[in-house]
Formats: sequence, C-alpha cells, structure tokens
Amino acid sequence: MTNISIEAPEAVRGQPYPGAPDNWKRFFTFSTDHKVIGIQYIVTSFFFFLIGGTLSMVMRGELITPDADLVDRTVYNALFTMHGSIMLFMWTFPVLVGLGNYLVPLMIGARDMAFPRLNAVSFWMVPVVGILMLASFLVPGGPSQSGWWAYPPVSLQNPTGNLLNGQVLWILAVAISGVSSIMGGVNFVTTIFKMRSPGMTWFRTPAFVWSVLAAQLIQLYGLPALTGGAIMLLLDLTIGTSFFTPERGGNPILYQHFFWFYSHPAVYVMILPAFGMFSEILPVHARKPLFGYRVIAASSILITVVSGLVWVHHMFASATPSWMRILFMVTSMLVAIPSGIKVFGWVATIWGGKIRFTTPMLFALGGISNWLFAGITGIFLASVPIDIHVNNTYFVVGHFHYVLYGAIVMGIYAGIYHWFPKMTGRMYYEGLGKLHFALTYLGTALTFLPMHPLGLMGMPRRVASYDLEFAYWNVIASIGGFLLGLSTLPFILNMVSSWIRGEKVGNNPWRAYGLEWLTSSPPTVENFEETPLVVSGPYGYGRNQPLVGNIPNPGLTEFPESLTQQQTS
Amino acid sequence: MTAERAIAQDVETNVRQHQEHDAAGNSKFGFIVFLLSESVIFLSFFTGYIVYKTTTLDWYPPGVTGLETREPFINTIVLVSSSFVIYVAERYLHDKKLWGFRLFLLITMAMGSYFLFGQAVEWRSLPFSYQSGLFGGTFFLLTGFHGLHVLTGILLQTLMLGRSFIPGNYDNGYFGVEATSLFWHFVDVIWIVLYTLIYVWQ
Repeated sequence: MTNISIEAPEAVRGQPYPGAPDNWKRFFTFSTDHKVIGIQYIVTSFFFFLIGGTLSMVMRGELITPDADLVDRTVYNALFTMHGSIMLFMWTFPVLVGLGNYLVPLMIGARDMAFPRLNAVSFWMVPVVGILMLASFLVPGGPSQSGWWAYPPVSLQNPTGNLLNGQVLWILAVAISGVSSIMGGVNFVTTIFKMRSPGMTWFRTPAFVWSVLAAQLIQLYGLPALTGGAIMLLLDLTIGTSFFTPERGGNPILYQHFFWFYSHPAVYVMILPAFGMFSEILPVHARKPLFGYRVIAASSILITVVSGLVWVHHMFASATPSWMRILFMVTSMLVAIPSGIKVFGWVATIWGGKIRFTTPMLFALGGISNWLFAGITGIFLASVPIDIHVNNTYFVVGHFHYVLYGAIVMGIYAGIYHWFPKMTGRMYYEGLGKLHFALTYLGTALTFLPMHPLGLMGMPRRVASYDLEFAYWNVIASIGGFLLGLSTLPFILNMVSSWIRGEKVGNNPWRAYGLEWLTSSPPTVENFEETPLVVSGPYGYGRNQPLVGNIPNPGLTEFPESLTQQQTS
Repeated sequence: MTAERAIAQDVETNVRQHQEHDAAGNSKFGFIVFLLSESVIFLSFFTGYIVYKTTTLDWYPPGVTGLETREPFINTIVLVSSSFVIYVAERYLHDKKLWGFRLFLLITMAMGSYFLFGQAVEWRSLPFSYQSGLFGGTFFLLTGFHGLHVLTGILLQTLMLGRSFIPGNYDNGYFGVEATSLFWHFVDVIWIVLYTLIYVWQ
C-alpha cells in the first residue's frame, strides 16, 4: 500500500495525546485539541447534569405528598425553571457537542476541527453560562420563575425592582450559550464540509457525522431567532421598550413564535446526535451493515428541514387560528416519516444479526424503545384535539421526558460507553455498566410513565401541590425519580475507576470498521499518523470490505475468519 | 507495476490537495456560514416589525405622521456605494498595491462614519423615543442593531488598515480583509431591506 506521511512534528507522533489520563491537568487548561475539548465538554456538562438532577429530586420530594410542604410555591417555580434551563443549556446541548467534538474529526479522518481556537472559546463559555445560571440563586428575588421558556408577561414581572434579577441573568446566560453554540455550529459545519479525508464522499460519511451536521444546521438557522427574541425581552425588562408588554400594545404571542421557532427544532439538535450514535452502535454490536444507510443519512437532513416548519404546535392553545393549527398539525405529523425511517432502519439492522448485549448496545436498544414510545405520544400531541385536552398537563411532561431522558440521555450513555475505550484506552466494567442500564431503564419507566395517566386525568404541570386523586401515580413517579438519581452512582463509579485502572484494551476492542478505530486509543495529538484514504463506507460488516486504502484495518484483520464467513453466507 | 504507480501518484496528489486547500478556504466558508446565521437575527427583527406594523392600530406615536426620507436616502446612497469602494480596495490589495488599498479602505471608513454620523443626527431630531410604543421600539431596535454592525465593520476596517503596515503581512493571503469586505457587503444588504421596510413602506 502507498505510504503517505502527514507533516506531524516527529516529537509528537506516536505519543499519547496530551490529555491522556496520566496527564489529567491538561483538562483544566485552554487546550485547542478537539479531543481534550470534547472531554472537557462531557465532564463539565455531567457536573451540571448532577445539579439539574438534584433540583428535580427536590421537586419529586415535594410532589410525593399532595400539599406544598417541602418547599414553598415560589421556590418550586424557581426549581422547575432552573431544572429545565440547566438540563437543556448546561447538560444535553454541551454533552452532545462534546461527543461530537471528540468523534467528528476522528470519524472523518481530520486532524482537528476547522477552527481549534474558536472551538476552545466555545467551550470556555459553557462554565460562564453555568456560573451565571447558578448565580441567580444569590440575587434578590432568587432565580427566574417563568419556566425555561421565559414567556412574557410572566418573565417581565420584577417584584424586587432590582435591575440585577434572576430573569436578566437567565437571559444573559442563554445569550452567551447561544453565541457559543452558533460558533460551534460554524465550526462543525465547516469541519464536516471541508475537512473530510480524501475519498470520503458524502455517502461514505458515517451516520453520526450526518446527524451532527443536521443538528448544527438547526443551531445555525434556529438559534438566531431565539437570540432575537431574547434581545427584545431583555430590552423590555431593562430599558422599558414594549415589544412583549400587552398593556402597552406589545405582543407576547410573537415571543412564543420566536421562542419555539428555535426551541422546537432544538429537540432535534439533541435527538439527532443520539440517533447518530444508535446508527453507529447497532451495526458494530450486531455485526451487520447499517440497513438503509443512505436513507438514514438523508432522513437526518429531512428532519432538519421539517422540524423548522412545525413550531406552532406548541401554541395550539395560544389563540392560534384554526387554519394555522391544521397546517402545523400536518407538518408536525410529517416528522414521523423521517423518524420512522430511522427506526425501521435500526430494526432491520439488528434483524438476524449476531447481537452482543454489551452496555452500549443495551443503552441503544433501550433508547430506541423509549424513543418509539415518545414518538407515539408525540403524534398524540401533534393532533390538535388531543393537544388542547392535555395542554399544560403532566402528559406533556411525560412525553418530553421520554424523549429527553428516555431516548437522548440513554443515547448519550450508549455513546459514552461505546467510545470509552477509544477515549481512555481502557475498558469500563461491564457488570457496573449493566447495573447502570437496569437502574436507568427501570427508573425512566417508573418516573415518566405515570405522568401520562396523570396528564390524562388532568393534573396540571408546574404546580407544587395537587388534589388527592393524583397522589397514587405521583408517589410512583417520585420513587422512580429517586431511582434515576441513584442510577448515576454506578456510572460515576464505573467511569472513574475504569479510567484509572480498567483493563487496557487495544485500539479496536469492538472490532468496528469506523475510521476512528484505526488510530491508537487514546488517539495521538494529530489523530492519524497518515491521512487515511477512504475507499468504502463505514458499515461493511460481514461484507469484508476494506475501509481505507493506506492503513490496515484492525477490524478486518483481527476479526475471526469463521464469523465473517458465517455473516456473508 | 505502472498501474500501481499511477494509483500511488493519484493518492499522493489527492491527499496533498486535501491538506493544501485547508486554512483560507475553511475560514471563508465558515465566515459565510456565520453571516447567514447572523442574518436570521435580522430576519426575526424584520418579522417582528412586519407583524407589529400590520396588526397595530395606532402605529405611529401621537404627533408623528411618518419619517423624513431625504436624509436617510442620502445616507443609503453613501453606505451602498461604500460597498464598491471596499471592493476597489480589495482589488488593490490583490495587485499588491498597498497604498491604493489603504486609500480606498480609508474612503470606505469615512463613508461608514458619515453614515453613522447621519444616523446620530437623525436620532437626535426624532420627536419620539424607544419607549414610544411599538413603532419607537422597533425603529430604534432595527436601526440601532444595524448601526452596531456598521460600527463593528469600521472597527474591522481600522484593524485591517493597521495590519497593512506590518511588513509582509498580506503576502500570503488576506482572509481578514476578505472577511471584513464580506461583512461590509452584508451590512449593506441588510440596510437596503431595512430602508425599504422602515422608510419606503410608510
């Protein structure tokens, strides 16, 4: 094979990259290595996941009895506002950006992101956003109480009269997070368009990369709309304009349009990378090519387009004209088509495969099953009459938590376990991983399933106290919530201990065909010793295709010959 | 043997080309993506303006019947023509004629500053403020946000002018100047839409 060397300095070639575990201080510095930044994102956001989770457990503690006895109502308002804001802006978005940061350059055979310094700046804005959000607990009046949507006129109330209040801090935090995400979006899109290895055509690009591209395109077209709305809200709040102030002629519904034009597609910013990870993990652990790869890749882009046309379904109950309701009901239901294509593709992928029930595989399967359920209740909610009935009830809360925790968080866990050997060179403990999965799956069902009957019975969301008839399901949901809190413990234990003294595994313990598995674990500074020349797609399991023209693929050489033949026959 | 050699050569050029078109091309691509994204913020403000104007009964504040268009029109002419001037500056830089580049960049900056000055004069003369209902709010939001972009553009141009005095700075590519120029064209296009919305559609 032809040998093409890249111009990496001799000193760094072949050495573990500077963020390797023996040099942990590296993770606390301003590094421009996408792998260090990726791990910085993942670990920082997990810290906020724990904070957001603690807030939610205080809420579930409050809701275990019908009376508002644990915290008072204003504190409860602040709790659900900060829980939602932290979980979205500080956990789900950043952790997926972290996984994307770590994986995308490796998967496309690039040496780094297109703009490494910009990448580092994007990351360091995240702790700033977190500090701003948490600082709101210390200002007069406490954190914002208007929910993570910050709907006016509620968000325009300022009982303390203090200019430095929780709502202002919240808007500033969201604005900075927006700037960070837009810069990240520019970086990802440029990297994926411009830095793919020679030979990596669009239809040889891994499904995860497609899904990150789709997600980042949404960030780029959607996020500025939210930023525009946030600027107007901030001006209303601080200098006395009247954009959203109804008593002075303002239009609060317009804010809802700005907000949901981004915040509906935002769910796809989070779920698309999770979909991408499912698409990467299933073929590896079932030893089969990804079924309908091209369609799955294209469906990500289709979701990007359709998701921008459905935002009004969050506003069916906001005096929306009937023609608009029907129009957006139809477009909302259209999202089921690309999503369904993916689910069918995944089912067909594992169909008849040699399935290894490893932890990432379990999380992927669990995530897909939860997504299926969330998708079905999503169709219910897209339908105007049902939506009007369950509007602002726990049915909605159950639905989106099934999406967010059931599918997205499970997808994140699946991804972390799957690429853990790549990031650290060591294997996690399978037993702890399976315990983690069991607790998470059970906890998700116990917490969020009861919310559906609660919603159908009419229990409103955002309340600290409720009627006695709702007590039964709430007790179950609270127990489930605590179980979910508990489920993070084996995960933390597993990650920390196996990073320190887990079994050392080779570059490619899963015998996967993806480009990222061709380099060492953890990868060297510039990822690949030679720029890989891609000659086929990444999912040739059982077909015995070579992936690259100039680097021997350990996935091909190490995999038992007998099993390969069994697959092809 | 010869076929293998041909493939090897092909591979080598392929990889080399891939590495060469990196930096400058990427930056330009990324910057255009950024500007497209930035334009959505303006789009949301424009949408707000249209929605408010078409749904509000008393659009103008009491005592105001409309906006004076003459001075802003002159301002528009100045700003839009400065787009051509910065293009000329870029051409001079392309031909390695640094003094021409500096001269035309200075003219661009002067035109941009004239625009900002004109806008400040207009703001002072207006009989309403940003608190005067939705019209006042959206007027100052749109023109203010655009003015902020003009100011950013002038600052970028100052930076590019300063950098032209570092010997050899622009010998191997001048992405910064290209980006500044792109940004300036962007600010102009936004202004044309803005002018049409606020001043022409009264």
